[in-house]
Amino acid sequence: MSVVPGPSSSLRHEAVSFAGVIERNWYLIKRYGWWELAFFFWSLANTLTIVYIAKGIKAAGGQIDVNRATTTLLIGAVIWSFLGLVFEFMTETVAWERWEGTIEYTFMAPIRRAVHLAGVGIFAVLYGVLRSAVLFLVIALMFGLHMPDANFLAAAIVLAIASVSFMGIGTMTSVLPLISPEKGAQLGFIAQGTLLVISGVYYPVSVLPDWMQWLSTISPATYALRGIRHAILDGAGITSLWGDIWPLIIIGVVAFPLGVWIFKRGEIYAKKHGKLKRSG
Amino acid sequence: MFAVEVDNLRKEFFRRDATRTHLRKRRKRVAALEDVTFTMERGECVAILGQNGSGKSTLVRLLSTLLLPDGGSARIFGHDVVGEARSVQRLVNRVSVEASFFKKMSSEENLSYAARFYGMGPAETREKIPMILSRVGFPTDRKHEGMEHLSRGMQQKVALARALLTSPVLLLLDEPTTGLDPRSKLEVQEFIREVRRTHDATILLCTHDLQEAELLSDRIGILDRGRLISLAPAGELKEQYRADTLEDAFFSATGRSFEQEDEDAERGVFA
Repeated sequence: MSVVPGPSSSLRHEAVSFAGVIERNWYLIKRYGWWELAFFFWSLANTLTIVYIAKGIKAAGGQIDVNRATTTLLIGAVIWSFLGLVFEFMTETVAWERWEGTIEYTFMAPIRRAVHLAGVGIFAVLYGVLRSAVLFLVIALMFGLHMPDANFLAAAIVLAIASVSFMGIGTMTSVLPLISPEKGAQLGFIAQGTLLVISGVYYPVSVLPDWMQWLSTISPATYALRGIRHAILDGAGITSLWGDIWPLIIIGVVAFPLGVWIFKRGEIYAKKHGKLKRSG
Repeated sequence: MFAVEVDNLRKEFFRRDATRTHLRKRRKRVAALEDVTFTMERGECVAILGQNGSGKSTLVRLLSTLLLPDGGSARIFGHDVVGEARSVQRLVNRVSVEASFFKKMSSEENLSYAARFYGMGPAETREKIPMILSRVGFPTDRKHEGMEHLSRGMQQKVALARALLTSPVLLLLDEPTTGLDPRSKLEVQEFIREVRRTHDATILLCTHDLQEAELLSDRIGILDRGRLISLAPAGELKEQYRADTLEDAFFSATGRSFEQEDEDAERGVFA
């Protein structure tokens, strides 16, 4: 006699488990509401230091379209903040579970690792989109930015497609706290910093040396930034953004499964060497 | 079919040796479990007695798929813990010495989250959580309080509720009463007895409380330095070692008193 439920209930089980991860992260965000507000002000201050550069160049006598340059920098800063949120949230979730000791209960539960990580990733993306949209709106209002041609729908579609790749990279970095609970989460900043340098967040990729330009072609942030800027500044539609969308689809198709595979390797390593326990 | 079938199970860890050779720290291989073999019948309660570092928690972690063995095999209701881990995970739950919760979340939120991973939707948990909390003696009017505001005893009751909520057919209890005050300890022990009476659960209880082992289990195993040196009902163990008490039987079996932990600390195995 088998005591294991049959496969018919499997799909429902995975859907409920997926919703459970989202629900858990929502509870945690709620409990740390005031801290979230404090971090939002940090993001705001950080973004302001970037977008004031355009006005600074004009004040120093430079010839510049302040509205366009400020919007270009704002898009870079907001996407950078979004990336930071997604990577940090995904990595910190694992670090947090290690710290609380709940990781053992998560890893002994009958849930597919891909479903578990997709739940963490999708919550991170939704939360990142919400906070980044508020950040964008607040600063655009502060500076009185005009975006008469903006195609926000096209920009949102580019961001949604790019998010699959960002989730993939976040999944890869979230393996680090499994291996080193103390320093693993901080190591995630290496991936984030590398993308900042090579993806044209604040300057065109064309100013980079050739080898860095080659690296920028495999960074999803390069296509996301170019596509979103094109949609917001020039009003480009999905058809004219296709040149940025198809590389994002390819990178996304590779990045998330690769991230899950890397995470599973990390899990096997942790189970082999007894790295999951906090103590006792 | 046995509920639990463990055959020559072996687990080793590497431990840093304090001595250095050419600026490199040496690593020493330490056996946490050595060729452990036993079986458990469905509905049976087996207590594993052992000092700190004897390998009790390693055994529990191997059976709950949290560690990968270095040799031998373990099967839960016929499912291999390595090759059929997901099937095993559906059947097993565990209570450890550390309650391990998201401290900022309430007991209700922690339980809901844990239950989702076992396929329980919101309607089911809304109904079951208050029931299971009252069964373990947790005041349900405190279910919205953050775990950080609850005493150690209360947290352990929520840990028991978490394990029972998913209706496991194999319950792994790893020192569930360690560190609890006498009243909470008795309440938890009474609950384990109730689970035995009312649930179709097989229980593996790892403890270093001799009285608890004798009170709650059908058979008692003595695990010493990673080796299972005896497994029999308490009466037979005493008879086998010609001892009046379980403590004396433990001393005769291992050659050491139950409180003596120096050698185990030396082994450095705490997984």
